[in-house]
Amino acid sequence: MQRTITEGPDYFHKVVDCQWACPAHTPVPEYIRLIADGRYSDAYMVNWRSNVFPGVLGRTCDRPCEPACRRGRVEDEPVAICRLKRVAADNKSDISAFLPTVAPRNGKRVALVGAGPAALTVARDLAPLGYHVVVFDGDAKAGGMIRRQIPRFRLPEEVIDEEVGYITGLGLDMRLGQRVDSLKDLLEEEYHAVFVGTGAPRGRDLDLPGRQEAAANIHIGIDWLSSVAFEHVDRIGKRVIVLGGGNTAMDCCRTSRRLGGEDVKVIVRSGFDEMKASPWEKEDAIHEDIPILNFLVPKEFTHENGRLTGVLFEKVVAQFDERGRRKLVPSGEPDQHFECDDVLVAVGQENAFPWIERDLGLEFDEWGMPRVDEVTFQSTLPRVFFGGDSAFGPKNIIWAVAQGHDAAISIDRFCQDQDVRDRPAPGTSMVSQKMGIHEWSYDNDVSNDLRHRVPLRAKDEALRNVKLEVELGFDLQLGLAEAQRCLNCDVQTVFAEPICIECDACVDICPVDAITFTANGEEGDLRMRLSAPALNLTQDLYVSGELKTGRVMVKDEDVCLHCGLCAERCPTGAWDMQQFTLEMTHAGEKPCAR
Amino acid sequence: MTYITKPQLHHPRLVENALGKTRRDYEGSVSTLCAGSGHDSISAAIIQAAYELDLPPHRVAKLSGIGCSSKTPDYFLGASHGFNTVHGRMPSVLTGANLANRDLIYLGVSGDGDSASIGFGQFAHAIRRGVNMTYIVENNGVYGLTKGQFSATSDKGSKSKKGVVNHDSAIDLVSVALQLGATFVARSFSGDKAQLVPLIKAALSHQGSAFIDCISPCIQFNNHAGSTKSFDYVRDHNEAVNTLDFVVSREAIHVDYEPGTNTLVTQHDGSVLNLHKLAEHYDPTDRISAMAYLAGRQAQGEVVTGLLYVDPRAQDLHEGLETVETPLNQLTDAQLIPGSKVLERLNASLR
Repeated sequence: MQRTITEGPDYFHKVVDCQWACPAHTPVPEYIRLIADGRYSDAYMVNWRSNVFPGVLGRTCDRPCEPACRRGRVEDEPVAICRLKRVAADNKSDISAFLPTVAPRNGKRVALVGAGPAALTVARDLAPLGYHVVVFDGDAKAGGMIRRQIPRFRLPEEVIDEEVGYITGLGLDMRLGQRVDSLKDLLEEEYHAVFVGTGAPRGRDLDLPGRQEAAANIHIGIDWLSSVAFEHVDRIGKRVIVLGGGNTAMDCCRTSRRLGGEDVKVIVRSGFDEMKASPWEKEDAIHEDIPILNFLVPKEFTHENGRLTGVLFEKVVAQFDERGRRKLVPSGEPDQHFECDDVLVAVGQENAFPWIERDLGLEFDEWGMPRVDEVTFQSTLPRVFFGGDSAFGPKNIIWAVAQGHDAAISIDRFCQDQDVRDRPAPGTSMVSQKMGIHEWSYDNDVSNDLRHRVPLRAKDEALRNVKLEVELGFDLQLGLAEAQRCLNCDVQTVFAEPICIECDACVDICPVDAITFTANGEEGDLRMRLSAPALNLTQDLYVSGELKTGRVMVKDEDVCLHCGLCAERCPTGAWDMQQFTLEMTHAGEKPCAR
Repeated sequence: MTYITKPQLHHPRLVENALGKTRRDYEGSVSTLCAGSGHDSISAAIIQAAYELDLPPHRVAKLSGIGCSSKTPDYFLGASHGFNTVHGRMPSVLTGANLANRDLIYLGVSGDGDSASIGFGQFAHAIRRGVNMTYIVENNGVYGLTKGQFSATSDKGSKSKKGVVNHDSAIDLVSVALQLGATFVARSFSGDKAQLVPLIKAALSHQGSAFIDCISPCIQFNNHAGSTKSFDYVRDHNEAVNTLDFVVSREAIHVDYEPGTNTLVTQHDGSVLNLHKLAEHYDPTDRISAMAYLAGRQAQGEVVTGLLYVDPRAQDLHEGLETVETPLNQLTDAQLIPGSKVLERLNASLR
């Protein structure tokens, strides 16, 4: 193999699995260290810069970082990254002094359609630069799906108000309660650019026999959740069936339990394991005595005298064809009928753009989605940009934020007559952590703790009030203990072959057999010849140039604990522990190198 | 010196041996030696060998004297018996322990100061008597603990870190061991685990006195130009006479070398040493020619390594003394005090 090129932003960024997996590339180990250090406000601001809604995300994020976390590969479970974010948000002091100052107006006007996470991110990035940002939303309060669809027992309203408030406080021109009904009309006003962040607002329906007749007791999940959020609905029948296996279904069933539902079931077509809901959300539902029944396909809503009586299901089994594709086929068993008073349909969400005229030059694809550039988020109408669920369909808040940052860069460049395809590089730096012979400026002692559980409110109390937050969050001690589980993957093992004397000290001390000195070869061959075979092909090999004996040093990044013992045992300093920092460059910023 | 303990977390796919133990289970506490010390590599090789041999840690006794090398038993086989003797007295204490309990596996670890200076006599007699043990000298040719004076194994003409030239003749422990009748003699290098680990495995299963002289560079005081115990010097002058595959039973032998280039040596316990010749005409079962070969190559400044001599019909001290087979601590009072009639009979037999 060729000597690994570690220069540039990518190689070491990939080693920081959590940051690489985060769509907004939040510097996770950095803020976890700040939490361990008791610097909650600083930890909060590191998050705020990257992901804009740390308090919200610390409770609701889909956490792509956690399945990526290296800790999950050396023991049972990853670091509770998401809930640590909440620790920073819960324990910070007044951070208003750290918020950006707003530059004098630059004469450019930008309209944002929707006040959800994507649009608010665009506003956060553009307002401080002097843009006149006008935000339209049909709801009376800003926040979009964060406010409309996430139940209050998972996300208290104060948290939304606070974090939305940091952005609306940047001098935005908020036009709440004003739904945009025509893009054409909007474009006729004096805007230099328009950002569409209208989400995926339409819940899918199930058109089955009985749907019309029993309509009074059949509700579309996300609409029903937003009626609950805005307090238009405060009760539901005693027996509730939730159809669907995603996170919205989990929110629906748990909300039902708090509004009078005593016998609440989730019934899904597929198998339990293939459900779209995150494992922890399923766990939370089961904890609240909600059974999840699988392999049942709804056939008919049964009703009597215009009143829903239940749902009839066909039993199916999963079959796999020779290409491994799954098909649900009738099991041949008799259909099963479940009685209920209400049904919540949570079988997916769709985008809807009835307000965008199709003759403006803004092209749509065959599925009714706008044609949007995946890098610039620009539509075929150059001054209209998209982001969040309205750009590429339903995803999660953290994706909306990441796309908002990217769209803001494009809008800024577009308004300044620069090429939107010319994207700013992230700012990176490498700083040695060596303080003394065996002293590092990070805590390299690896904790043996298993993942800590977030304390919950007692179930009977939690189920009595739909607004009472059920998770209590980590307290300071638990937060510290969980923070110590982080392996500091951003503190990189950096190898300097000219001073290596091949004494094997690093090989002998490495607790996870990551380092090997051997003859060079092709990657596939080399991977099998290491101290421990490197079978995880998603993780890179770090290969040195040729050493004095003609061999090369090969390090498998897969399960490195970043404990620094290789560097401590190295007599010549050929190994060094260096902190790799990567900060995304947002709109109007220069790549920052510390 | 490392301040943190080695993390308990290990590679998720560590393989267990026949006892259900992983290699990490054979480790000891974290080393307090200088970073890069060759001794740590030897400790790692001992850990690897014990793991591969499926040794029950509680059946191993590790003994050492004084010095950097003699500290190392703390860093491997943390669940084994240990005895740290006064300077140079490890061979005698090991001999005594072996006489008292022949069931344990004895591993003596010593250094060039401990074995070639203060304990030279002890070393000689333990080897001469054929105590069933593995005796490893971690040989760095320097007194590291007292900051770099020449030791008795420093080669004549080699230079200290400060540039002083050694004018004394060196003791070559391998030649001495051969002369004194060791039945397993090897030399290796801490920087070559592929060679060292099979040698340690073979030595541990050898029923007699097995001696390994392991060159182990001292990074702090003896790894400079002019030293003959530095990484560079040993790598440049290393002449391995053979490579060794240690196999537990004859059935498992898989020979993929050209015919005639292999020697199979079956030891007392049935284990087989599969030796692949690197030096032509070198016969590791011929003690006299081994000594001559060593002397010849050494005169040319080469460092001969590998399994230099093995006597497959080795006898140990117990056989010569016809001692009781049961360890002393398992003998009952009735066996230990057979009574006056037995004493009278014994006395009568000697009159």
